[in-house]
Amino acid sequence: MDFFRPVSLAEALELKAAHPECTPIAGGTDLMVELNFDKKRPETIIDLTACSELQEWSRDNGTVRVGAGVPYSRIIAELATDLPGLAIASRTVGSPQIRNRGTLGGNLGTASPAGDGIPPLVAVGASVELASTSGTRSMPVTEFITGVKENALRGEELITAINVPGSRGPQQFSKIGTRNAMVIAVATFSVALDLEARSVGTALGSCSPRPLRASDAEAFIADEIDWDGRTPLPESAAARFGELVADAARPIDDVRGTAAYRKHALKIMAKRTLTWTWEEART
Amino acid sequence: MSAPTKTIEVTRVRGGVGENAARPDGIPKVTGEFAYSSDLWAEGMLWGATVRSPHPRARIVSIDIAKALALPGVWAVLTHDDVPGNKTYGLEIPDQPVLAWDQTRYQGEPVVLIAADHPETATRAADLVDIFYEELDPITDPEVAMDPGTDVLHPEAKNPHNLIRHVRIRSGDPDASADVVVSGEYTIGMQDQAFLGPESGLAVPDGEGGVDLYVATQWLHVDLDQLAGALGLTEDRVRITLAGVGGAFGAREDLSMQIHCCMLALHTNRPVKMMYSREESFFGHVHRHPARMYYEHGATRDGDLVYVKARIILDGGAYASSSTAVISNATCFAVGPYEVPNATLDGYVVYTDNPPCGAMRGFGSVQACFGHESQMDKLADALGMDPLELRIRNAMTTGSKLPTGQIVQGPAPVKELLESVRDMPHPDPTPSGPLDLTLLPGGVSNTTHGEGVRRGVGYGVGFKNIAYSEGFDDYSTARVKLWSAGGEPIVEVHTAAAEVGQGVTTIQMQIARTELGVEQVVVLPADTQVRSAGSTSASRQTWMTGGAVRKACEAIRVRVLTDALVGLDGDPGDLSLEGGKVISSSLGVVADLADAIGDAAYEETYEYHHKKTFPLDPETGQGDAHVAFAFSAHRATCDVDTELGLVKVVELATAQDVGKAINPQAVEGQIEGGTAQGLGLAVMEEIQVKDGKVMNPSFTDYLIPTILDMPPMQIDVMELGDPDSEYGVKGVGEPPTISSTPAILAALRNASEKPLTHIPVRPDHFLWSGERPGELGP
Ligand SMILES: Cc1cc2nc3c(=O)[nH]c(=O)nc-3n(C[C@H](O)[C@H](O)[C@H](O)COP(=O)(O)OP(=O)(O)OC[C@H]3O[C@@H](n4cnc5c(N)ncnc54)[C@H](O)[C@@H]3O)c2cc1C
Repeated sequence: MDFFRPVSLAEALELKAAHPECTPIAGGTDLMVELNFDKKRPETIIDLTACSELQEWSRDNGTVRVGAGVPYSRIIAELATDLPGLAIASRTVGSPQIRNRGTLGGNLGTASPAGDGIPPLVAVGASVELASTSGTRSMPVTEFITGVKENALRGEELITAINVPGSRGPQQFSKIGTRNAMVIAVATFSVALDLEARSVGTALGSCSPRPLRASDAEAFIADEIDWDGRTPLPESAAARFGELVADAARPIDDVRGTAAYRKHALKIMAKRTLTWTWEEART
Repeated sequence: MSAPTKTIEVTRVRGGVGENAARPDGIPKVTGEFAYSSDLWAEGMLWGATVRSPHPRARIVSIDIAKALALPGVWAVLTHDDVPGNKTYGLEIPDQPVLAWDQTRYQGEPVVLIAADHPETATRAADLVDIFYEELDPITDPEVAMDPGTDVLHPEAKNPHNLIRHVRIRSGDPDASADVVVSGEYTIGMQDQAFLGPESGLAVPDGEGGVDLYVATQWLHVDLDQLAGALGLTEDRVRITLAGVGGAFGAREDLSMQIHCCMLALHTNRPVKMMYSREESFFGHVHRHPARMYYEHGATRDGDLVYVKARIILDGGAYASSSTAVISNATCFAVGPYEVPNATLDGYVVYTDNPPCGAMRGFGSVQACFGHESQMDKLADALGMDPLELRIRNAMTTGSKLPTGQIVQGPAPVKELLESVRDMPHPDPTPSGPLDLTLLPGGVSNTTHGEGVRRGVGYGVGFKNIAYSEGFDDYSTARVKLWSAGGEPIVEVHTAAAEVGQGVTTIQMQIARTELGVEQVVVLPADTQVRSAGSTSASRQTWMTGGAVRKACEAIRVRVLTDALVGLDGDPGDLSLEGGKVISSSLGVVADLADAIGDAAYEETYEYHHKKTFPLDPETGQGDAHVAFAFSAHRATCDVDTELGLVKVVELATAQDVGKAINPQAVEGQIEGGTAQGLGLAVMEEIQVKDGKVMNPSFTDYLIPTILDMPPMQIDVMELGDPDSEYGVKGVGEPPTISSTPAILAALRNASEKPLTHIPVRPDHFLWSGERPGELGP
């Protein structure tokens, strides 16, 4: 096995161009598990942790550009105000050790339906920035993830950053697991209020092969909310929102939970998180 | 020997019985320097690997090892043909093949062994072994397995219909009737011991056909017996030394890689190391028996128990392991620590094609306790009585008679334990301050800010036997030596007691310090150069090996004091050893112990036996089968998010009679750890087996409690003293695992008003409208 440790993004991209089959490693919290289980035997590994460009984040015109190599612990500590939904989701990832190593780029690289970093990105319409020696392209997260553990990354490309619209209203994220920490999601739900556009963004996790928005629920609740008067949300509206979210899900039965439970849980999480966000917006 | 010297102050040795003596392995474990069996290494060693059957049930048509053998770096590829001695082994019944030949009976059964110069080469060679299987339909339901029409998995077995053992207990009137009757059906999933140090060891051939094995295990001599048999060697040519053990909990009672590793070492004449991965470990050891239990309780309107009927079916899986003893416990303790005049109890343990099941902390009592405590709550409900009051009313005491006819002789403080947990202060209601997600069901996953959360409180009490039962003489041997070097007395203790993390090494040191008044005590590594200490299981080592060490020390003390008396007026009963001095009650300090010893070395070996026990009558189940009993009670306080079915165990309070706490800190450690394991069974730990296949052989999906799941505890340690043991000790390790689970379940039912008849409870169980899966609730 060959192992490269480039010290700049440019060098990393050169290596990737020369060895398109090689596997990048960032925090290694997914990849090392795959190696351990003998599910992958890469010939070449390229370690991205010395490319400082990937470990940075910046604000630009209302959008936050999060480097692919920024670990969860920094998202929590540094971006909780700009990207509250992503920060709440990051807090639910693994343990302190995993949050110190694990990155958003790695979460997208793995493209698991249970990736907790993904729904908060989908709910606000974030996009992924992909680079190669021949240039940079960008695409919405929903397009980037093409199936269960499949993404649109080309051999010569690396994920360099995720461009996330800064929050324009309260955001929430909720995750079901059968343990109170360090658990893979049985189902997750993300919601983001956009008080300027008067719209509601949603995303479901662990409930379909690809990340999913509950468009009907979004449209329904945007109409129901009293954006001007900021009156409390009728419980019936929140409940209906929950049902529409559950209707959007395409869950399966597996060792972590049943499809029926996943739908049920989405209904409750959607109702609760929507209520929390709207209460926060009102007060 | 000089004349009596003047009296000087004698300081008692530190770290004796009753103190929180520091464990010698404590700091190395915390700093990562402790050498576990997986850290073993020898010059020029090879790596072993195991090829396992992917099928739960299959006929082996052919095995082709040619390609694997041809791979460069491979030193040996062995099959059943290469087993030098007995082709099968087992703790109670030798029914398990060292390597399968004609058929495999569970997924993961070992078929071929490989030794290579690198673990990766061994793994690649494993992929090159060609085994042609003819798959058969696995038998996976134990009740179906018992049907006369079902295929028999072990035609050579002594019982028909895949039955490993049926325990039948009858006491009192089988037709007794009662005012109030409740019945219930309860099921338990397969729990894993989940020790953190997977199976591993190193076998070193001695060049003369014998072998030394360094291994993490629980009972060196039972390993030796099976190992020597399979290797076709006499026991003196096989030596076993305990390597660093990373937890056991019953999972190391059966052999795993011991025979395999030695076969490879003897075949290649090179040291061979084997080390399972976490995934392989799930297939490499037995698990806790899943159970299906049918109960009926009858009581008077006032709440006196009239009868209990129970039918308990345990899934033994593919091989017998210790199933015969587990079902004995499950049946003997099926009614719990209560006085029940009439009992009709049937326990069955059955062969299936599921993973083999055997010993795990609590050993049969865990399953029974979930059954009887669930029933006690149900009965209290039917009687309109407080569940605690019902328990106290029927509590067993010293002198009570078990359904087996045995009279309980030691302390049996069931009532006192329940009262203790009842009277402990309750935890605060959900705090009203700033939102702290870690205190809520779902934790940091942010599923509730209080919505749907209801609190419940529940109680559980349980008991089990200490040491082995039904006539088995599980003695323990201690060799103790006292000499002096550089003017300091030194004690050396040698036993084969396996330190698996519970602290038996420290216990031995503490006892020797107290008995001989010597601070410097060395406990030699446990090995087979001394006779058996019995198993580190059944909560027995402090009683048995502790007892042996004390008796050996006493024998030495008598000799030292007798020698010290020479030339003095007095009687040996007048003398004692304390603080490195020989002390006379009339004359004061008569000598430094080191001087008294001089150049002599005192050595004594003692074999400690517990009182004799007897088999159970096969028809009636009557008999004095058990040595002694240990009791504990728990109170659980739980918050349930009733809409999502998520749980936060808020607090666990417990009271336990430990007889005598030789090391109070170690006692608390056992109580906390055992309780955590019981919490795991209550709310998350289950090996999911579908059609004989394990669906979650990893810590990704086999969940064990984290620090955010395990709540703070209140612990009341009672020291009531057992009349039959040294210092009055009882075992400590298992009871907490027994009573914690039902207490948590009672609290969850109390909060949710759901029947919750299966453990572990999963979120959707809270949402079922009835007892079984169906439409989810609101
Ligand atoms: C104990 C444990 C708990 C966990 N808990 C959670 C959890 O709660 N929620 C959750 O979502 N995940 C969890 N995970 C999974 C994992 O931590 C996350 O998916 C994490 O985001 C992966 O990031 P990483 O940097 O470690 O990825 P790596 O393992 O380094 O890489 C993952 C994949 O992405 C690719 N990759 C990484 N960076 C790039 C890049 N810049 N360009 C292109 N490809 C790239 C790699 O080639 C690889 O295929 C857990 C893992 C463990 C071991």
